[in-house]
Amino acid sequence: MSSQLGYARLYKPKVRLLWWLSRRSYLLFVLRELSSVFVAWTVVYLLLLVRAVSQGEAEYERFLHRAASPWLVVLNVVALAFVLFHAITFVNLTPQAMVLRVRGRRVPGRLLAVSLYLALFVVSAFLAWLVVG
Amino acid sequence: MPDQITLRVARYRPEQEEEPTFDEYDVPLRKDWVVLDGLNYIKDELDGTLSYRWSCRMGICGSCGATVNGEPKLTCATFLTAYAPGPVSIEPLANFPIIRDLVVELTDFMNKLGKVKPWLIREEEQPIEDGEYLQTPEQLDEYKQFSMCINCMLCYSACPVYGLDSNFLGPAAIALAQRYNFDSRDDGEHERLTVLSQPEGIWGCTYVGECSRACPKGVDPAGAIQRYKLTAAMAAVKSLLMPWGQR
Repeated sequence: MSSQLGYARLYKPKVRLLWWLSRRSYLLFVLRELSSVFVAWTVVYLLLLVRAVSQGEAEYERFLHRAASPWLVVLNVVALAFVLFHAITFVNLTPQAMVLRVRGRRVPGRLLAVSLYLALFVVSAFLAWLVVG
Repeated sequence: MPDQITLRVARYRPEQEEEPTFDEYDVPLRKDWVVLDGLNYIKDELDGTLSYRWSCRMGICGSCGATVNGEPKLTCATFLTAYAPGPVSIEPLANFPIIRDLVVELTDFMNKLGKVKPWLIREEEQPIEDGEYLQTPEQLDEYKQFSMCINCMLCYSACPVYGLDSNFLGPAAIALAQRYNFDSRDDGEHERLTVLSQPEGIWGCTYVGECSRACPKGVDPAGAIQRYKLTAAMAAVKSLLMPWGQR
């Protein structure tokens, strides 16, 4: 690289293709980015489920039959793992990104994260009760 | 504990090399020696041609940053004993063009820093006879951690986004912009908004978070950037809903 700043010759290091494998935090970041694909898949799959339910029992049974196929089970297990990873990292990073004040006082980040986990648990428990109970 | 440790130091001499190579030096391993002491020993006793930056030796000036065993570190605050028995690799800060040996070119950052106007902007100055601009401890706490930045560039070195796209404004410049945005004496947030809310501003950040982990002064640039994303998004929504309410 020739220099406009009077230096003889600057050396510009190149970023390696597999830079994201050089550090654990980089790998986790790339996995977090990748998890968005599985979150999108989960949303689409749930919409397909809602559509199947709305089209009657026969269509719902067909949906369940397809859902039991080994490749779809594997895909959904992987998707579940990524969605959980996405949710956990989202909650853990929220206090860093969001400053919440109650009566002028800043809510501690830990309390904010715990509240989000609690909300996640309550919604999950309600949905579990709705489906199973 | 051995009495010597090997330092593998990256060398780049543009008049004789196309790309960096490594030279190895054995330096005394003492409990109270930091990596910078090892470099100074090389410079004074073994090889006077080695080039690197340093000044205060106490984590204030921010000039002695280097990549030590793959991690961005202040060499004045990194003890050699932490790497015993060695060897310890010492390279220039990643993501910057190299001028010579461990000396990197920082003009890009200096240009970006000026763009975010890191100074107090007042719409109206109060008369001198009115005294100082007073702040409460809570108002000071709002920005204090961001004012600890020493421009050491460790955050840029740790940031893969900056490595991949040098147009990215970067962690320290945004954190320093926020340092003034959060200051109760400052009225310049709208002047910084245009620069910060560009695609290569805050939106370039993908929240890797390594900048905050690398910072030797406990500044949280990743948090500053995410907080500004919320501010910029709110400003965009407001301007959409209430275009007449904007400055």
